[in-house]
Amino acid sequence: MIGWLGPDEWQAVFLSLKVSFWATLGSLPFGLLCAMALARGQFAGREVLNWLVHLPLVLPPVVTGYLLLLTFGRRGPVGAFLNDTFGITLAFQWTGAALAAAIMAFPLMVRAMRLAIEAVDPKLEEAAATLGATRLRVFTTVTLPLILPGIIAGVVLAFAKAMGEFGATITFVSNIPGETRTVPSAIYAFLQVPGGEAAALRLVTVAVAIAIGALILSEWLSRRVAKRIAGK
Amino acid sequence: MTLSVDIQLGLDSFTLNTRFDAPDGVTVLFGRSGSGKTSVVKSIAGLLTPDSGRIVQGDRVLFDADARTNVPVHKRRLGYVFQDSRMFPHLTVRQNLEYARRVTGRGVVRTEEVADLLGISHLLDRRTHGLSGGEGQRVAIGRAILSEPDMLLMDEPLASLDTQRKAEILPYLETLRRETGLSILYVTHNMAEVARLATHIVLMEDGQVVRSGAPETLLTDPDMVRVFGIRDAGAVLSAHVVAQPEDGVSELAVSGGRLFLPTIDAPVGADLRVRILAQDVILSKTRPEGLSALNILPVRVVAVRRGDGPGVIVQMQAGEDLLLARITRRSADAMGIHEGTDCFAVMKSVAVAQTDIAVGLQAGG
Repeated sequence: MIGWLGPDEWQAVFLSLKVSFWATLGSLPFGLLCAMALARGQFAGREVLNWLVHLPLVLPPVVTGYLLLLTFGRRGPVGAFLNDTFGITLAFQWTGAALAAAIMAFPLMVRAMRLAIEAVDPKLEEAAATLGATRLRVFTTVTLPLILPGIIAGVVLAFAKAMGEFGATITFVSNIPGETRTVPSAIYAFLQVPGGEAAALRLVTVAVAIAIGALILSEWLSRRVAKRIAGK
Repeated sequence: MTLSVDIQLGLDSFTLNTRFDAPDGVTVLFGRSGSGKTSVVKSIAGLLTPDSGRIVQGDRVLFDADARTNVPVHKRRLGYVFQDSRMFPHLTVRQNLEYARRVTGRGVVRTEEVADLLGISHLLDRRTHGLSGGEGQRVAIGRAILSEPDMLLMDEPLASLDTQRKAEILPYLETLRRETGLSILYVTHNMAEVARLATHIVLMEDGQVVRSGAPETLLTDPDMVRVFGIRDAGAVLSAHVVAQPEDGVSELAVSGGRLFLPTIDAPVGADLRVRILAQDVILSKTRPEGLSALNILPVRVVAVRRGDGPGVIVQMQAGEDLLLARITRRSADAMGIHEGTDCFAVMKSVAVAQTDIAVGLQAGG
């Protein structure tokens, strides 16, 4: 298996896994917060937030990537601040690829979690409060266990989306081997050179395998959790 | 430890303006659906915030709009039993029962003891999804008790159950009242539950308390017949089992005389409550003879209340107790029944309203 993929191809696969892992993990708390706010919150900017969260889903990925470059690029308002204050650079780095992937995957993650939260009966949370649970305890002992399948679904969807992100990534962080050349970028690059079809096809196989593996894992996890929650 | 409520809250259809005290024992909040009972209980529990007013439980101020006091739900220490059992589906019965201890860390585990009291010991390791309505409600009651509340709020806990399941739970509620001594605020619009459980009644209409008092007084007030419903109006008397003879007819003493009921599963000396519906009472000017009815009490008419229909409600004194009878206006006129008339109340049926056995025993007729 190791000999089957060339070192460049392995690099792309590992980079993709790393980028997607951090993109998913990093956006998880924000995704959960947004999903909670959208499902339960009653505040003035709720519609605006909903809109913002869904924007990457409807914008052309290139546009999202370019907006990221404008904002988080070395001279962009946020990028310059991060660079000057913390010495963090995102543009043309794998961290930038993770940010792009996270933003593109965010709507899918929030959607899945929001649906799960909306399915939880607030009456159960009321009951928990009358039994002496603080809001935090209500969340950790009632809400969270009940929405776990939704969280898992959201995480897997986000991970799969991050693995496949191409347009925003290549616009924001380019296609640098070993730094920002993820599997889709690598496939694209291989297809640009004569004789690269074989390598591209091998990466396609890997991409399909990872996608199917993720789906099977999420199905299995959700079913296990759903079973526990349904009390069967 | 009394509960004192004085709250105002604007709701969709009317304004809640409720003021009452709930002494120790079981206070029944009675009223038609939509009279604001649930909103009152939710306000007491802290699930609703009144616009103004005060709620004091024992010596703890739970809510005071003027002083800007509003104790959060989880710190009110009031057990809440809802209409639906609200079991946590991801937990077992035992974990549901021990939930309060898990989140607060206080209290001693008395799970087994409480489960025993409520007859749910055999369910402890079960998941909650297969529980019947009655079982779920008993677990919910147990869960509330195990949170060691200062008081128990029960919002129509039996409303979602059929008659048979109700009969199954009522004895547990009575046991609960006796064994734990916990004060209960009990919301219902079911007269059988009122007769069986109430030690104090608060009557609500359109968000306002119209009357409150002891069941003996309220249930036998002719003016209240309209509220409780003509079929459900009737007196609740304290009785004492004096004899359990061989022939299967128990002899009970009430303040106005003796009652005879088909065997009651209670030992001689037991105290219980009997319910006598106004529509089951016949009046006679002379002591009736040659009648199959066993239960005849000498009474003196206290008041005759005429309504719009053909019936009148007669309130009578029987010993220290008050009774109600519903007879036709024609009979009342023909018999010359008015305040002060001495006559005899013949009871077609007497129901045991409160003991460990089921409701609705019919007396020999």
